[in-house]
Amino acid sequence: MKIHQISLFVENKPGHIVAPTRLLAQEGVDIRALYLADTEHYGILRMIVSDWEKAARTLESHGFVVKVTDVLAIFVTDRPGGLADVLEALDGSGINIEYMYAFSDVRGDEAILIFRFADTDAAIARLQAAGINLLASEELLKK
Amino acid sequence: MNSLLESSIADCHPASVPDFTPVAQLRELQLKRLQAVVTRAWQQVELFRSRMDERGLAPQAIRSLEDIGKLPFTQKSDLRDTYPFGLFASPMKDVVRLHVSSGTTGKPIVVAYTKEDVDVWTSVMVRGLAGCGLHRGDIIQVAYGYGLFTGGLGAHYGAEGLGATVVPASTGNADRQIMLMKDFGVTAICCTPTYFLHLIDRAAGLGVEMKDLPIRAGIFGAEPWTEPMRRHIETMSRIEAFDIYGLSEIIGPGVGCECRRHQGLHIFEDHFYPEIVDPETGEPLADGSEGELVLTTLSKQAMPMVRYRTRDITSILPGRCECGRTLRRIGRIGRRSDDMLIIRGVNVFPSQVETALLEVEGTLPHYQIVLTREQGLDQMEVQVEVTPQMFTDKIGSLQGLHDRLQGALDHVLGIRVRVSLVEAYTIERSQGKAKRVIDRRAS
Repeated sequence: MKIHQISLFVENKPGHIVAPTRLLAQEGVDIRALYLADTEHYGILRMIVSDWEKAARTLESHGFVVKVTDVLAIFVTDRPGGLADVLEALDGSGINIEYMYAFSDVRGDEAILIFRFADTDAAIARLQAAGINLLASEELLKK
Repeated sequence: MNSLLESSIADCHPASVPDFTPVAQLRELQLKRLQAVVTRAWQQVELFRSRMDERGLAPQAIRSLEDIGKLPFTQKSDLRDTYPFGLFASPMKDVVRLHVSSGTTGKPIVVAYTKEDVDVWTSVMVRGLAGCGLHRGDIIQVAYGYGLFTGGLGAHYGAEGLGATVVPASTGNADRQIMLMKDFGVTAICCTPTYFLHLIDRAAGLGVEMKDLPIRAGIFGAEPWTEPMRRHIETMSRIEAFDIYGLSEIIGPGVGCECRRHQGLHIFEDHFYPEIVDPETGEPLADGSEGELVLTTLSKQAMPMVRYRTRDITSILPGRCECGRTLRRIGRIGRRSDDMLIIRGVNVFPSQVETALLEVEGTLPHYQIVLTREQGLDQMEVQVEVTPQMFTDKIGSLQGLHDRLQGALDHVLGIRVRVSLVEAYTIERSQGKAKRVIDRRAS
């Protein structure tokens, strides 16, 4: 259920995202999802990639500070209320969402939500109990 | 008033008489005072006595001014190591004032004054200001910090001793400084040169042209500055800008000051004996050669300083000044022989930055200090490389790290600095060692 996401520290300056993404391209690593959390001066580039171990190794060997974190991917239909259903399932559970981001496939009617929970295992149990579809790594990368 | 007449007033000021002592008489006075101060330090200060003993020296060994070269040096670290009162030569009941200045590792140094010391300090400040053409009737705004720092009170006592009207504005609140200058018809200001540049800019922002105000002189010190900066200040504000020199360990401001010829700073050498030494070997250098300025206090009671290593690089200018003063002059201080930085008049050592960074993370990340000048004010930025240990993928944690670094640096340095988190390996390393300080304060 757990998806390995890689995070990079990047300065908020022109050109600073190009280098890591180019490196991954050269190594044949595909970026499936990407999200940039930023402040005025710096940001965190979060990516879900086709081969996280290779990606982490490549980036680290080029001097990037990389963190690998477990996130959950939830598949919802791309319609009003899709996200709300998931959030309601968590309501009252006391499980804290550290951050989340979403991406949708323009060709289809599906959306994928990426969640980082403070307690990933508790979140898995709760979501599965609510009948919410958690994507396995292979499924996510296939889509 | 034309400048020639003002010049004569300066040269005729009664307080300025010692500035014109015939050289032979001055040397005689210096020798007598040197012998007395060495005797006093030898009798009262344990550290000095033990260093004399190590060299097999007694005060009687000083028979001529040249013999000063035999005496041991005093360093800033001596003040730190004997903190707080270890170098005092007067009993506490005779000490009327303490001032505190920053040290290299965040630990401060303390300096003491007897009533006589404060009077000497006032007299040299009066002579300095008089030499700048100031006199009774002038309205002098003191915009150095008042408090533990010697700048504010030193300039204050001097301006008051001169008989001028003092506006003790202290630092900060530029808008109010400008209002006071305008409303009171201030004729001279004492502050750091960068602060005055800031005031010029701020005044323009308020629709006040510094050029239109009655101010005619600025006595600028507490940080190194340059000739281009003087020209810039003088053009922007139509004042005459004077360089003043001093340091807490010796007395505070008033160790030396320019006269209206602006050809170096006259050292009030009846109280402070200057030498230039090779900063590496400590060997005395002839007048005219560039080296480290070493000062000996000739009349200080509470805390005599014998051969104090100022770390300031300059030279003693050969020849007599056109103003007629017999006091020798030093060139403008351009740089230092150690790594001390002066930011907005505050002493900062890169080692203090390391102390603060270590405190926060327990390990020392790569960092770099970048100095710039924005709107005339020194800005210090500390760039810190984000290491794998420091990095989490949460913005909140990074912000927290940033705030902890900011807090520790503000606390240790006592001034506000900008903290920037930068990517790993982006700070240039030369031979494995990072260049710690990038100074972009071109003026």
